[in-house]
Amino acid sequence: MSRPSLDIRAVAHLARLELTPEEESRFGAQLEGILRQVEQLRQVDVTGVEPTAHALPRVNVTRPDVVRPSLPVEAALRNAPARSQDLFVVPKIVE
Amino acid sequence: MLPRLSLTELRARLAARECSAVEVTRACLDQIQRREGQLHAFLHVDAADALAQAEAADTALRNGVTPAEKPLLGLPVALKDNIAVRGQPLTCGSRILEGFVSPYDATVVEKLRAAGAVLLGRLNLDEFAMGSSTETSAFGPTRNPWDLERIPGGSSGGSAAAVAAGEVPAALGSDTGGSVRQPAAHCGVVGLKPTYGRVSRYGLVAYASSLDQIGCLTRTVRDAAVLLGVLAGHDPRDSTSVPEPVPDYAARLDGAVKGLRLGLPREYRIAGLHPEVEAAVNAAVETLRALGVETVEISLPHTPYALAAYYLIAPAEASANLARFDGVRYGLRVEGADPIELYERTRGRGFGPEVKRRILLGTFALSAGYYDAYYLRAQKVRTLIRQDFLRAFEQVDAIVTPTTPGPAFRLGEKLSDPLQMYLEDIFTLSCNLAGLCGISVPCGFTRTPRLPIGLQLLGPPFGEPTLLRLAHAYEQATPWHREVPPLESPAGG
Repeated sequence: MSRPSLDIRAVAHLARLELTPEEESRFGAQLEGILRQVEQLRQVDVTGVEPTAHALPRVNVTRPDVVRPSLPVEAALRNAPARSQDLFVVPKIVE
Repeated sequence: MLPRLSLTELRARLAARECSAVEVTRACLDQIQRREGQLHAFLHVDAADALAQAEAADTALRNGVTPAEKPLLGLPVALKDNIAVRGQPLTCGSRILEGFVSPYDATVVEKLRAAGAVLLGRLNLDEFAMGSSTETSAFGPTRNPWDLERIPGGSSGGSAAAVAAGEVPAALGSDTGGSVRQPAAHCGVVGLKPTYGRVSRYGLVAYASSLDQIGCLTRTVRDAAVLLGVLAGHDPRDSTSVPEPVPDYAARLDGAVKGLRLGLPREYRIAGLHPEVEAAVNAAVETLRALGVETVEISLPHTPYALAAYYLIAPAEASANLARFDGVRYGLRVEGADPIELYERTRGRGFGPEVKRRILLGTFALSAGYYDAYYLRAQKVRTLIRQDFLRAFEQVDAIVTPTTPGPAFRLGEKLSDPLQMYLEDIFTLSCNLAGLCGISVPCGFTRTPRLPIGLQLLGPPFGEPTLLRLAHAYEQATPWHREVPPLESPAGG
């Protein structure tokens, strides 16, 4: 398996990041360099090794099902860049 | 004088009524006023709020509240600007959060308040804690109090510089790959990263959730033990926090270290290690031997792969965590014709270059077709790294390494080369991958220029009592923690 080259525009779109043409070429080259470095992980034999998502995995973490106060609407909306009454305003999604 | 004292010393003076909490806070505010023009450790200081907290502490002291009830009563603690304090700004060093005001307190903030601490200001950091020099902050870099042409380390560079410069006796930071320990080493202070799950992350803005842990920067190991005692504990609001009892760390500091076994990992003797750092660490190992600690050569064979695993796992998690900054509910918004354009413009304008790089890298590592080859493989290598450490800890009580490969570098020196910058974390990031606890303590200085060197001690999960005891014994046997940055000397006041 050879290393695929990174399509910076496609990745930027997946990440919802607008890049300038200058950023595209600079980040593209830098990420190629970083990916070349991380290639060395292929030298490690990981046959039969389970992945670690958390160093101290805890399973089935539950808490008592009791009603507690949550963030008041006014506090939750206080930092909103655009609001109308008790709602966040976004551009039109469906016609 | 007051600004140079440790939390423990200040607490004794407050208890003996030799000074008031208002005097202590005022001394910190004065020092901040004197030093900030050069250092830029703080992003925000609310002097009136801090003094009001100090006045409340003085009232409590007059009413006979004891340190046993409130261990930090009247003691100033500053916070890295990625930890939420209700009603205070929270920028994470990013334009995308400019003007944001936290609607609630982080759990550690609730605990500091309950312990009587005076919350004093918000400290500079690399943007979203991504960086090793505090240069990626959108609001300008922090400078190293030992040499203003040099970086303080990062990402908790504001926290380390503020403590080193006597602006505040203690500060909280966060450590994802070394972000508490590395700046502590570069600024000549103590930096403690507790075991993953030991301290609640509720109210800490997430960078890489499986690696992030809140830690503290202090002038002494005893202060770190006192602070950890306040911060540690299970929190139902953080499902990764661990319901493990919290020992009295400070009470267990003075036990004997004779007979403890200390591992020297041979993989950490790398070619790029600065000779004066190597010499200082070797001397520190000799000091520990003289205290009766036994040393054992150990091997952590997967060490060479830690950097690559980290720089896939951390950006992958970051790309998911930072998806929330979309211009809809809070923070910067740049309008667009449709939601996608709004997201792309907001994020393109709001994030700085290092954050963009890591989001792109993480998005790539998680994307269809590459997930197995990059992210999943990195997680498997993480398993092997963790097993290396757990195996080593069957043999030894702690592991000793340098904290950083070299002393603090010049501003701008590594900013244009991400790979060079990432190498700064080479000795610290395995601790996060493996979920260990770690501490950096001052262990000497380079000759010219005179810059602090850090010694890193690593312990097994929840091994903080022994780790702190060992670090304390070393500190008590050496003069380094009493050294003061040169700006502080007569001319600087």
